[in-house]
Amino acid sequence: MLPLTAIAVLAAGTLAFRLAGPLLHRRLAPGERTRALLADAATVLLVALVATAALTEGQGAAGWSRPAGVLVGGALALRRAPLLAVVVAAAGTTAVLRLCGLP
Amino acid sequence: MDMPSIWRTLDGGTRRAIVLVSLAYTLIAASFGALAVSGGLPLWVPIVMSLTVFAGASQFATVGVVFAGGGPVAAVLAGLVLNARLLPFGFALADSFGSRWWSRLAGAHLLTDASVGFVLPHRDPARRRAAFWAGNIAVFLTWNAGVALGAVAGDRVADTDALGLDAALPAILIALVLPALTSRDAPGRARRRAAPAGAALAVATTPLLPPGLPVLLALAALPLTLLGPRAGRNA
Repeated sequence: MLPLTAIAVLAAGTLAFRLAGPLLHRRLAPGERTRALLADAATVLLVALVATAALTEGQGAAGWSRPAGVLVGGALALRRAPLLAVVVAAAGTTAVLRLCGLP
Repeated sequence: MDMPSIWRTLDGGTRRAIVLVSLAYTLIAASFGALAVSGGLPLWVPIVMSLTVFAGASQFATVGVVFAGGGPVAAVLAGLVLNARLLPFGFALADSFGSRWWSRLAGAHLLTDASVGFVLPHRDPARRRAAFWAGNIAVFLTWNAGVALGAVAGDRVADTDALGLDAALPAILIALVLPALTSRDAPGRARRRAAPAGAALAVATTPLLPPGLPVLLALAALPLTLLGPRAGRNA
């Protein structure tokens, strides 16, 4: 069971995480170096998010089909293929491999 | 700025990214709605949760803990840990929210991983703001519509894993983050030093830590951006 108060606490906590940046940014007035570091931090986090989303499921490995699909999509993106081709190739590769019985 | 002029400010690549991300999110949202309802939660739970929490991974995690027999406290904690990454994202995109209190509040509620992907490729402040708002509003509308549809349709929703959608979203994010990683200037080189190390750390610690923490741990690789030649010299 998931009571309304639990959802409210999760929603409030999540909003606090999201609001800290836009609220404190002005008061802290970060310089050019700090702003560059924040952009780097966002990039590092996003890449880590992609890596864990591609390779892991829960606390285990994601199998082979998903990493293979992401790899094909990523290779196309690196060769500056259109985004639609990246998406279709990634999802298609994974779907076909799963159809063939690969985990 | 009104919505049509925001849309006109955007380049074709960002528009296509917004449409594709929204499409992928709609299907994943439908699977979340279906999963929650077919697991026994009342119809309003996934819908209210999506509107108020609006953070996909934490919604799946919270409902997952509940279905695994965990209490509401454990479920909420799992969701909060996953959403902690939104804090650094908020700081990185802080210039895109606008200056009024209500635009900061609304923008904050709409902030997701996809926002970073939409905004990060742009340097120009007007472009960043336009990408932030158009992308976030599109994702909010499609995510919540998807959850509602999935919750109503229940078990009739297609298996999104069979469609390979779990590979599509990371691939989209790779395409969006690539320009920041492949640029030949000093920031590009700095990120190429730090990002792979951070990603390796996150993947290696995934079996050991609760979900959400490994991604945050990737920030330990951030000092690597400070090594090497300074910006401006040898660029």
